[in-house]
Amino acid sequence: MNLIPLFIAVPLGVAFILALLGKFKEVVSDLLAALSTLSLAILSFVLIGQLKTHGIFVYTVGKWTPPWGINLVLDGLSLLMLIVINTVSFLVILYSVSYMKKFTAKSRYYALFMLMLAGMNGVVLTGDFFNLFVFSEVAAISSYALVAFGVEAEELEASFKYMVMGSIASILILFSVGLLYGLTGSLNMADVGRMIQGRRNVFLSFSMTLFLAGFGLKAAVIPFHAWLPDAHPSAPAPISAMLSGVLIKALGVYALMRIFFNVFGMGLQLYWTFMILGCVSMIGGGLLALRQEDLKRLLAYSSISQIGYIILGLGCGNYWGIMGALFHLLNHASFKSLLFLNSGAVEYSTGTRKLEKMGGLSKVMPVTGATSTIASLSISGIPPFNGFWSKLFIIIGLIQAGHFVLAVITILVSVLTLAYYLRMQRYAFFGKLKESLEKIKEAPFLMSFSVIVLAIICLGVGILFYPVMKIVLEPAVEVLQEGIRYSSLVLGG
Amino acid sequence: MIFFLCFVIFLIGLYCVIVKKNILKIVIGIAIMEYAVNLFLILLGYRWEGVPAIVTETVTQAKFVDPLPQALVLTAIVISIATLALMVSLCIRIHQRYKTFDITKIRRLKG
Amino acid sequence: MKGMTIIVKTITKFLSPLIILFGVYIVLHGHLTPGGGFPGGVMIASCFILLTLAYGKEAAYKKLKRSTSSVVESLGVLIFLIFALLGIFVGGYFFLNFLPLGHPLKIISAGIIPLCYIGVGLEVAGAIFAVFLALVLFKAGEEKEKPQ
Repeated sequence: MNLIPLFIAVPLGVAFILALLGKFKEVVSDLLAALSTLSLAILSFVLIGQLKTHGIFVYTVGKWTPPWGINLVLDGLSLLMLIVINTVSFLVILYSVSYMKKFTAKSRYYALFMLMLAGMNGVVLTGDFFNLFVFSEVAAISSYALVAFGVEAEELEASFKYMVMGSIASILILFSVGLLYGLTGSLNMADVGRMIQGRRNVFLSFSMTLFLAGFGLKAAVIPFHAWLPDAHPSAPAPISAMLSGVLIKALGVYALMRIFFNVFGMGLQLYWTFMILGCVSMIGGGLLALRQEDLKRLLAYSSISQIGYIILGLGCGNYWGIMGALFHLLNHASFKSLLFLNSGAVEYSTGTRKLEKMGGLSKVMPVTGATSTIASLSISGIPPFNGFWSKLFIIIGLIQAGHFVLAVITILVSVLTLAYYLRMQRYAFFGKLKESLEKIKEAPFLMSFSVIVLAIICLGVGILFYPVMKIVLEPAVEVLQEGIRYSSLVLGG
Repeated sequence: MIFFLCFVIFLIGLYCVIVKKNILKIVIGIAIMEYAVNLFLILLGYRWEGVPAIVTETVTQAKFVDPLPQALVLTAIVISIATLALMVSLCIRIHQRYKTFDITKIRRLKG
Repeated sequence: MKGMTIIVKTITKFLSPLIILFGVYIVLHGHLTPGGGFPGGVMIASCFILLTLAYGKEAAYKKLKRSTSSVVESLGVLIFLIFALLGIFVGGYFFLNFLPLGHPLKIISAGIIPLCYIGVGLEVAGAIFAVFLALVLFKAGEEKEKPQ
C-alpha cells in the first residue's frame, strides 16, 4: 500500500521537474503533465478494489504511529474525492494543451497546476489538522496565481479580491487549529475526536465557528461568497473548470464534512446551521444568476447555488440526504467542468463572453452545442441524466426528515435553475446565427475530446447510477454516518 | 490575559483590511493578522518556569516549553511569506494596469 | 538602480562571506540547534539581496542570474523528494529515517534530517532570491516603458 503517498509526491515532483524543463520544447511539458495526471487517475480507480478488501487504511508516514506521527487515511470519502479530483484534472490538462497555446509561459502553468493538484490530494488524504492547513494553503496559493495567469486588468483585480478573502479564511483556520491544540494537546484528527467527546465548553464552540467561517469561505456558501463571481469568470477557462468543479469542493465541502461529521460530531444545532446555510446559498445563487449577461458569471453564480444543494443535503443527516449530497458533489464536478470548458471553447472561437453578442452557435459548433445542452439538462435535474438522481435523493432525504417546506423550496430552485439555463442555451446556442459569427470553426480536437468524455460521464452516470452508488458512494456515506466512530477506527486499526 | 491581546492585534489587522483604501495597506493589514495568529500559537506552548526546548550537554531534566507550536509557527511564517510575495507582485501589476492604488477605483467587475 | 556609496560596497565585500557561512552553519546544524532549512535559506538569500542592493542591478546581473536561482530552487525540492521517496525503497514507508541514527548531539546523527535540510535550504534561498529578482526586474521593465 505504498501507493498512497504517491498521490502527493508525484504531482509535487512533476511540478518542479516542469519548472526545470521549461526551456525545452512545449511537447515535452505537455506529455509529462498529461501522463502524470493519467497515471494518477488510473491509480485512484485501482484503489477502489484495495479499499473493498482492506477497509479503512491508515498509512503511517515514516513508521511513526499515530497520535504522534503524521498519518494518511484512506477511507470511502477520501477515495470518492480522489477519483473526482484526478479524473477531472486529467481531462482539464488535455483541454488546456490546446487552449493555453495563446499564453507564452505554458510550462509554468503546468507547474502551478500540478502544485494545486498536489495540494488538493493532500487535503483529501490527510488525517492531521496541521497537514490539512498546509496542503489547503498550497492549493489555495497556486489557485491565486493561476487565476491571475493572463495578466489582464480584470483578472488581476479578481485575483486580488480572491487572495485577500482566501488569506483571511486561512488565518481563521490556523487560529482554530491552534485553539484545538491548546484544548486537547494533539493535532491528529482521530485523537482530537476521541478527546472532545462529551465536552462542551465555549472554546470548542468558538473553534467550530471559526472552522465554519474559514472553510465556508473556501466553499463559497452565501455569507462568504463574494470572491467567487469575480474569480471564476476571470480565470482562464480550464482553471475556472478546476476551481468551480473541484477546488471549492476539495478544500471547502470535504473539509467541512470531515471536521464536523468525524471530529466534532454533529448535533441538532449543527444540522440546522448547515440546512439554513445551504438553503440561503441555493436561493441566493439562483436568484442572482437570473439577471447575468456574462456567460461565465452566470455559471459562477450557479456554482454557489449547487454548493447550497450539497450543504443542504449534508444537513439532513439521514442516509438519503447524505447520499444525495455526495452524489451531487460527483455530478457537479462533471457537469460544471463541462460547462466551463464549453464556455472556454466559445470564448476561444468567438472572442466574447457576453450573451447578447452570441446566437445560434450550435450550427457552427455542433459538438460544443450538443454537450452544453446535455450539461444544462442534467444540472437542472431532467431524467435520465445524473442531476435528476442526485436532486431526487436530496428531496427524499428532506421529506424523510420531515422538512416539507425545505423540500418544496428545493423543487422551486430546481425549476429556477432550469429557467436560467434554458435562457443561456437560447441566447448562446439556439436562435438565429448572427452575421459576425458565421465564420467560426469548431474547437480543436483535444478540447472537444475532453468535453465529449465529460458529457459521456454525465449520461453514463445518469443511466448506470445504481452501480456507481453501490461501488463508490456507499462507502463514503458509511464513513460520514459513522461519525465519531472514525476515531476508534483510525487509532484502533 | 495575554491571549486577549492577541485577539486585539487580530482586530487591528482586520480593521486595516476593511477600512483602508490603499491596497498596500490592505496587504499590511493581512500581515498584522498573521502576526497575531502566530503569536497566539507560540503563547499556547508556554509552560510556567520553562526553559527553551534545546537539549545540550549541560541541560538535565528541566521543564521545557512546548516545541510543537514552534514548528507549526515556522511553517505558517513560510506560508505567509509566499502569500505576501504574491500579493505584493499583484499590487505592482495592478498599478501598472489601473494607474492607481485606490481600491474604490479598481472596480471594473460588478454585478 | 545604481549601487550605493563606497563605504557600503567595502563593508559588503567583507561581510558577505561571513553571512553565507553563518547561513550554511544554521542549515547544517538544524537538528542540534534552533533553525534548520528555512531560516538558513533566508539568510543565504538575504546575503545575495545585499549584494544586489550594494552593487547596483547591472553589476549584479552578470553574476547572479534569475535562471540560476530558479534551477537551484527546483533542485532543492527534488533532493528533498528523492530522500522522501528513497524511504519507500529502503524501508517500506514514505519518509522513513533510514540512515543510521548515531549519537545525539553529534553533527552526523538523526538519519536523513540534515540532508533534507540541505535540500530545503537550497530551495528557500533560491525561491526568495528569485522573488526578489522578479520584483526588481519588473520595476526595470516599467521604467523602460515610460519614455515611449
